[in-house]
Amino acid sequence: MRGIIANCYSNAQATMTLTTREQSGILIAAASGRIDHTSSEAFGKALEPLIKDCRPGNPALLLDFSGVDYISSAGLRVLMMASRQVKVQQGIFAIAALQPLVQEVFAISRFNLIIPCYISVEAAGKVLGK
Amino acid sequence: MKKVIFWGTRGSLPTSLNAGNVREKIIAALSAANGKSFKTQAALNDFVATLPFATTGTFGGNSSCVEIVADAPEHFICDMGSGARPLGQAKIATYGVPHPQTYHIFISHLHWDHLMGFPFFAPMYIPGNRIVIHGCHARLEEAIRLQMRTPCFPVDYSQAGARIEFDLMTPDKTQYIAGLNVTPKLQLHAGDSYGFRFESLDRTVVYSTDSEHKQEESAEREAFVRFFAKADLVIFDAMYSLAEAASVKADWGHSSNVVGVELCQAAGAHRLALFHHEPVHDDHQLARLLGESRRLEQITRGDGPTLEVISAYDGLTVEL
Repeated sequence: MRGIIANCYSNAQATMTLTTREQSGILIAAASGRIDHTSSEAFGKALEPLIKDCRPGNPALLLDFSGVDYISSAGLRVLMMASRQVKVQQGIFAIAALQPLVQEVFAISRFNLIIPCYISVEAAGKVLGK
Repeated sequence: MKKVIFWGTRGSLPTSLNAGNVREKIIAALSAANGKSFKTQAALNDFVATLPFATTGTFGGNSSCVEIVADAPEHFICDMGSGARPLGQAKIATYGVPHPQTYHIFISHLHWDHLMGFPFFAPMYIPGNRIVIHGCHARLEEAIRLQMRTPCFPVDYSQAGARIEFDLMTPDKTQYIAGLNVTPKLQLHAGDSYGFRFESLDRTVVYSTDSEHKQEESAEREAFVRFFAKADLVIFDAMYSLAEAASVKADWGHSSNVVGVELCQAAGAHRLALFHHEPVHDDHQLARLLGESRRLEQITRGDGPTLEVISAYDGLTVEL
């Protein structure tokens, strides 16, 4: 396993760090903090290069959401766009380790039906890993 | 403004209960009673009051029609969906024929589910009544006339007994109408739709249906936050789940409960009414949607004030 800081981004109202590491043949990107209308654009930009490379021949992309304590509809929209692009590219994209409240937001918005969600990074690794 | 009465709350198409739905409700009520006996009508009523709304009631099936009861004697109505038929009957029952009334009708857009009740709105056939149809669409009068001519309808528009006037409003321009300040706002919907913000001295009601919120630009979001600002009641298009609205039903011109809660919280609105219900949703699904919306409001409230979330149903009266 190797760890690198891939993207750091912030804006006036929110700070969030997106770090990546590879584990068992999966590219794991860890997000943290609040993803709302003030930070969703920066979140999307940070996610963009990872999504671009999410295609056959490259590792599956797993978002580790254990550090995310809130996501609004604007943040969910970013995930929708990412999911849509990955589908076109025939890559593999999933999310893991949602905090209970974030998990509720996913269920209420029905995003749990759109994007594969795993209970933990380890659980995702068993399905998506090599 | 005193209260809001919902006469039609279903989106896109009037939707009735069927025999199977009624049977399910009876079975659910009898199962809940579990052999109890009720010695008085009051005891029975008390028991029924404990049952869920999805068992004892229905969200109803008429398409969009909402009445705002103001302080003035004039009547204010948003949209002429099929709910306009029972509304018109209620007005005739209350005022009868010899007492001419003035009706201000605000049309969000020209799609059929928002106009289809007009030919069945009984006050339009009563001489002496005055009906003013307000809206922002240049083809408003044409659309109203179109559905009242052969071969679409047996009674021609010319048979209307009431005096019918049309008022072409300007988006974002506040107009004083019979004691209320009314501001229309352009919304994202095929062929355009308009929301209306009604303000009296001490109350504000926003009617915002058939409005998609793509949330691609913060300016768009901020404009709606201002439009909903401090409203006592926001009537909001919550037809789809957020996931549907952002994926398979993107560009269909409707929104979700999630966006409704978020916008109302940001706007400091007091009450949100989920509206324009998806026709394929039964009473259980709509009740579940309401519960989830309330839960979302609870977990996202933070330090902000409580937003009361309700789900509109045909016959609901909301005191302002």
